[in-house]
Amino acid sequence: VTVKIDVDMYQCQNYGQCVFEAPNIFHLNDDDKLEHLAEADESERANVENAVDVCPMQAIRIVE
Amino acid sequence: MTEHPVVIVGAAMGGLRTAESLRRAGYAGGIRMIGDELHAPYNRPPLSKDVLSTGVTHEAVAFPSRAETADVEWMLGSRAEGVDLDSRTVTTADGAEHAYRALVIATGLRPRRLPFPPTPGRHAVRSLDDAMALRDELVPGARVVVIGSGFLGCELAATATKLGCSVTVVTPSAEPMIRPLGELLAHELRTRLEREGVTFVLGAEVTGVDGAVSLADGAVLEAGVIIEAIGSDCNDDWLAGTGLDLSDGVLADNALRAVTTDGIAHDDIYVVGDIARFPNPLFDDVPRRIEHWNIPTDTGRRAGAVLGARLTEGFEDAVATPFAPMPSFWSNQFDIKLQAYGLPGLADPQGIRILEGDLGGEVAVGYHRDDRLVGVVGVGLKAALLPYRQQIAAGT
Repeated sequence: VTVKIDVDMYQCQNYGQCVFEAPNIFHLNDDDKLEHLAEADESERANVENAVDVCPMQAIRIVE
Repeated sequence: MTEHPVVIVGAAMGGLRTAESLRRAGYAGGIRMIGDELHAPYNRPPLSKDVLSTGVTHEAVAFPSRAETADVEWMLGSRAEGVDLDSRTVTTADGAEHAYRALVIATGLRPRRLPFPPTPGRHAVRSLDDAMALRDELVPGARVVVIGSGFLGCELAATATKLGCSVTVVTPSAEPMIRPLGELLAHELRTRLEREGVTFVLGAEVTGVDGAVSLADGAVLEAGVIIEAIGSDCNDDWLAGTGLDLSDGVLADNALRAVTTDGIAHDDIYVVGDIARFPNPLFDDVPRRIEHWNIPTDTGRRAGAVLGARLTEGFEDAVATPFAPMPSFWSNQFDIKLQAYGLPGLADPQGIRILEGDLGGEVAVGYHRDDRLVGVVGVGLKAALLPYRQQIAAGT
């Protein structure tokens, strides 16, 4: 089972709060742009949900 | 006998996160959310930006609902009027009584208003309905006066300017956002906002609001739209007479248990969000209210974890787990993107200096207290701030 992650890159302002909650999934690159995995193991679900919660732009969504 | 539910008063972000956290902590009993707004919890930062500039509705800003909280009982449009801590009962404006096994206080803030009789065209922005009412009046050419120059006032000024309004910000301060940011950065940001077309009247005292804004020096600013952004007051009226310490918000200990004026923490009453005044060991043992966006989520998780343990098992361990949330905030004004960590407002006046970059471009400003970094504010910088965030977290 995997968790599918969708980030609205138009909404995303690269604040990077998700990086603290789910460091295996989200990453700010050297140009301050957010990079992320599109899928993660189910064991990451709680972290990804936390990342959804802390995004000030509410740009992250778990695709069910 | 059926157990009474956990009653969460305040159905916004902090209340929602508390309910979710209670479930994660293993509490499977009843949860009742009582909120005075008619809308399910939603994200407030867009209210001063996208909600005004585009046609977004509640769905666009609502927080996603989760399966784990599907059985929460929602009582929206219902305002708490009082609480009896002895009989454990909350009373709402419709006369209903809500018995609880544990109480969560998450009633947040309301905008402070100027003490003048109401006149048309006066606004404050806290709720979605407030923003919707303002949106219709921000038409190109409208003369807008924003009273107050904090983050909210400056964001509203930027959004209204982008919509084609003619915007003046009136403030008693020497610079906008000076209290959290200090003179150095506040002055630079004012220069940038002025370049974008915002007019500032600094050091001003408002003496009248009546279709125009009158100032103590005799100036009269014509205004079709007047927006008051002069700060907030705590929604703690319903807690009067309970013995809880309400000297600035509701005092809580580090486990977010509400504390009485006698210094006694209630194991069954918790405080969450903007209204919670709690000590944060990241800085010191002084309880403070923190009006930053991340705090309702962090305090909601914490209160839910402790109360969840109280109602299941492991309470003492949960209380003893230190709670040291990193305050963080953001502000977008035109193409100025501010991001901050820590509490810059704690800095010594001489403890504010540039850490990297240059003030006229991308910059990170450090805020030190007793030579220790307590806050960092970045303009245009993101990843570069992370080492400073770590430094604040490490307490060095």
